[in-house]
Amino acid sequence: MSTPLLSVRNLTKQFDIGSGFLLRNDAVVHAVDGVSFSIPPGETLGLVGESGSGKSTTGRCILRLVEPTAGEIWFQGRNVSALDARAFRALCRDMQIIFQDPFASLNPRMTVGTIIGEALTIHKLAPSKEAFTDRVVELLETVGLQADHMHRYPHEFSGGQRQRIGIARALAVEPKLIICDEPVSALDVSIQAQVINLLEDLQGKLGLTYLFIAHDLSVVEHISHRVAVMYLGRIVELASARDLYVTPLHPYTEALLSAVPVTDPKARRKRIVLQGEVPSPIHPPSGCHFHTRCPIRQLPLCAREAPPLKETASGHFVACHLRS
Amino acid sequence: MVGSIPASATAELSAAPRSKAKQFSPWLDAWRRFRRHRLALVSTVVLSAIVLSVLFMPFVWSVPINEIDFTARLKGPSPAHPFGTDDLGQDLLSRMLYGGRISLAVAFAAMVVAIVVGTIIGAIAGMSRGWVGPALMWLTDLFLSLPPLPLLLLVIYLFRDSLKSVFGPEGGVFILIVLVVGGLRWMPAARLVRAQFLSLREKEFVEAARALGASRLRQVIRHILPNALGPVIVAATVDVAAAIIAESTLSFLGLGFPPDIPSWGRILFDAKDYLDIAPHWAMFPGVAIFLTVLSISFIGDGLRDALDPRKVM
Repeated sequence: MSTPLLSVRNLTKQFDIGSGFLLRNDAVVHAVDGVSFSIPPGETLGLVGESGSGKSTTGRCILRLVEPTAGEIWFQGRNVSALDARAFRALCRDMQIIFQDPFASLNPRMTVGTIIGEALTIHKLAPSKEAFTDRVVELLETVGLQADHMHRYPHEFSGGQRQRIGIARALAVEPKLIICDEPVSALDVSIQAQVINLLEDLQGKLGLTYLFIAHDLSVVEHISHRVAVMYLGRIVELASARDLYVTPLHPYTEALLSAVPVTDPKARRKRIVLQGEVPSPIHPPSGCHFHTRCPIRQLPLCAREAPPLKETASGHFVACHLRS
Repeated sequence: MVGSIPASATAELSAAPRSKAKQFSPWLDAWRRFRRHRLALVSTVVLSAIVLSVLFMPFVWSVPINEIDFTARLKGPSPAHPFGTDDLGQDLLSRMLYGGRISLAVAFAAMVVAIVVGTIIGAIAGMSRGWVGPALMWLTDLFLSLPPLPLLLLVIYLFRDSLKSVFGPEGGVFILIVLVVGGLRWMPAARLVRAQFLSLREKEFVEAARALGASRLRQVIRHILPNALGPVIVAATVDVAAAIIAESTLSFLGLGFPPDIPSWGRILFDAKDYLDIAPHWAMFPGVAIFLTVLSISFIGDGLRDALDPRKVM
C-alpha cells in the first residue's frame, strides 16, 4: 500500500445535549468513538452502518464541518485538525463532499450555474467572465448535463440530475478526495446505477479518491475497494470488499450481510436476526458495543473489555474477542 | 444490481430544453402565486391608488394646505372643497394628501428601521454559537415586555425639543417618531429571523458552501438570508400597518406632528371636537387609515401564501 492520502487516527466526536444555563445536563452523544482508518490515493473506502452509527459524522469531521472532539486527521501529510482558517480554506480545494439529499443540498434561490461556479468565485479560479462560463459548461458536461442547464433553478431538475449538479459543484475545485455521504440513498434504483457509474467514470478519469458512506451493502460492494463496517461509533470490521462479503468475521457484519436481499429465489440463505434495538449512543454498552445483541458473545469478557481492531488475515481487520 | 440496468452516461433528459420565456425564478414563481390571491390583488390596486394620489395629486389639486378662509368654515364636501373644510376653512383634500405623504413616509421609514434592526439582531443571534445568541434573545424579550405607549410618551417628552432644535420642527418630529415606532417594533422580526437562521444554517446547501470554503459573511448573504426573506417580507407589511396606527395614535394624543403639519392622525385629532357638527372632517382621515391598513394586511396575507413554497395553488 502506498502512502495514504487520508489517514484518520482515533477520531472521536461527542455531542453535548441539553447544556443550558439553568438546566445543567451532562449527557453526551458518543457519535464517533475512536475511529481509525486510512485511504491510499485513487482508492474507494466504503463506510457502512445503520442510521446513527456515526458514519456521516465521521465524514463531516474530516471536512471539519463538524469539529472533532479528539483524534487526528492527516491529509497529504498535513494535520487537518491543527490548521488555521486560511490554511483550511486552501485545503477546501482538495477535499469535497457530495450530500445525501439532492433537494436540500442545492440552494433553491441560486441558478445551477451560480451553484456550480461558487467555488470558482470563492477561490478566484476564474480570471474572467468567459473563463467562468467555460468552466461551468465544462463541469456540466463532465457530469452529463447540458450547457443550457446553467441558467435554470434546482427545482426544475429531477433527483438524479440534482445529484449530478452536486457532483459538479464538488468537482469545481478539482479535489483529490471526495466524501460521498450516502449520495444515492435518496434516489430511485435505476438512477442510483447511473450516478454510481458516473462516480466510477470520474474516478478513472480524474484519479479521485472516495470515502463512500452508505447503508446499502450492495451499492458499497460494487464501488468500494475496501469496506469498513461501523456500529455505534466504532469500526468493527475493515477488509477488502471481496473478503468482507465472502468471509465476514464479525458477527455484526454477518448479520448485516444475511439481510441483503438475494435476487435468486432458490438461493436460500440463513437469516441472522439480531434481537433488540441499537442501544442509545448516549449510554453505549460497556466493553464491546455489540455484546448486548451478539449471538456468539462470551460474558463477562465481552461486556468488560472493548476488543481492539486486530489484523487477522492480510488486510482484514476485525474487532472481536472471539474471532480474532 | 447495476449489471441488469442499462446505465447511461448522460442524465435522463426528461426536462428537455425549453424556451427562455418559460423559465421561472423563485421570485417570479411567488409573483405568479400572489396574482391568484384575489383579495391581495385588489388590495394592491387600492394601496397603489392611495400611494399614487398622495404622491401626485398635489400637483393637480394645488390648493394650499394652510389657506385660511373663515367664510367657508366646517363646510361639507362641495365642488370647491371635495373633502370639505375644517374649522379655519382650510381645504381638507389638500391637507389629506399632504398628511398622507407624512403618514406613509413615517410608516415606511419606521418599518425599514424595525426590519433592518430586527434582521441584524436576529441574524447575529442565529449565527452565533456562544453566549451572544442567548444574550440577544434576552434583550429581545426585555423589549417585548416593555409597555410601548408609556415608553413612547416618555421618550417623546424627553427628546422632542432637542431634536426639534437640531432638525427643525418637521424633521425633528419625523426622525423621533420613526425611531421610536421602529425601535419598539423590531423584536418580532428579530425572533423570526433567528428562527429561520437556526434551521437554515444546518441545511446541506449551507454546509456545502462551508465545505467550499465560503466565509461566514458569504454564507449569510448568499445562502441563508435569501431563503429567510419570505417571512420577513410578510412581517414588514404587518409593521407598515402597525406603524401607521402608532403614528395616528401619537398624533391623536397630541404628541405627534404640530398642527401646521397635518398627518392623518393629526387631522383626526383636530377633528374630534367637531364630530357632531362636521363628521366629514374625521371621516376622511379615518377611512384613509382604515383602507390603507386593511389593504396592507391583505397584501401581507397574499405574500405569506405566495412566499410559502409548500403552498401549491
